[in-house]
Amino acid sequence: MILLRAILVAVLLTASLPLRAGEIPLDQRRSGYSFMAPDTQKIQDDETANPGMLWVLDGQALWNKKDGTAAKSCADCHGDGSETMKAVAARYPAFDTRLGAPVDLEQRINLERERHQGAQPFTYESPDLLALTAFVAEQSRGTAIAAGDDPRLKPFIEKGNVLFMQRQGQLNLACASCHDDNWDKHLAGSAITQGQPTGYPVYRLEWQTLGSLQRRVRGCLYGIRARPYEYGAPELVELELYLMSRARGMKMESPAVRP
Amino acid sequence: MASTLINVQPKAKRGDVIEIKALTSHIMETGFRRTAAGDLVPRNIITTFTCRYNGTEIFRADLFPAIAANPFISFFTVATESGKFDFEWTGDLGFTQTASAKIIVE
Repeated sequence: MILLRAILVAVLLTASLPLRAGEIPLDQRRSGYSFMAPDTQKIQDDETANPGMLWVLDGQALWNKKDGTAAKSCADCHGDGSETMKAVAARYPAFDTRLGAPVDLEQRINLERERHQGAQPFTYESPDLLALTAFVAEQSRGTAIAAGDDPRLKPFIEKGNVLFMQRQGQLNLACASCHDDNWDKHLAGSAITQGQPTGYPVYRLEWQTLGSLQRRVRGCLYGIRARPYEYGAPELVELELYLMSRARGMKMESPAVRP
Repeated sequence: MASTLINVQPKAKRGDVIEIKALTSHIMETGFRRTAAGDLVPRNIITTFTCRYNGTEIFRADLFPAIAANPFISFFTVATESGKFDFEWTGDLGFTQTASAKIIVE
């Protein structure tokens, strides 16, 4: 009860304060990794202990598997993914000319399936989609995030920024209320991180599985008692894009492990 | 599905204590959860893990419903001779999974 009251007071206090806004400067940007306990960091660092690597291996197998009416595999066009997909995930979400909008890595994989393989798109958070995404993202490990360079993305980054700053839900909190203004503090026992999307898809110990950035953002929206956007909604992609551009210059660490 | 990750050092000196790490993918459904309709989700866990070193069992573990998904098991043994480690996971609903790793002992 005391805890609940404390949380309520904290929420009310936060809700009454104006948002400080303003991006975190590059030298102060911190990956969620640096907020974790050393034990959890070790799980991520050890490639044979990081459960995310199970999906990467699956993704590698899928990369070479023929599918769809065209009976083509990813490798038939893109060759060896461990070479050709280097640094690709670090610049996603990227602009898709045909759609005239940004698409994230999961959507890109599904578009490639539809357009070039003649295959059914995978559903969001399905093991196959996560596996292929994890395989592609792993090729960007250690690469600096470079999303948002394309000038055509500018209006979408701005939309994402607006969503990030916009208070919503019954708790009337914006993403920025926690992840820009209070990232050095705690919410109950958990560290409030900066919300830097450096390691997606991540293996989250709480989920006991791999999950996408969209799943993570939907979880946050649920947490502030807002109505989460549907998977694949333009708002989620714009938020992803803003988050990635906000993390520019940080090193990718997919598949990361988070508590 | 690539479902195991084994970490055994490829070479060791005779008599060395070596660490063996084995990760496998499994949902480890406890059998206590219910669906939205109220039906019990049947238990689906790994029940036994064994490791054999050149045919001799050197490690065995019984697993229970409170163990996390994708269980990671690490243990130690003494490197006595070159050869092979065979890993086997068995569980509910006829689940079996095997993997192996080689070691050279000098």
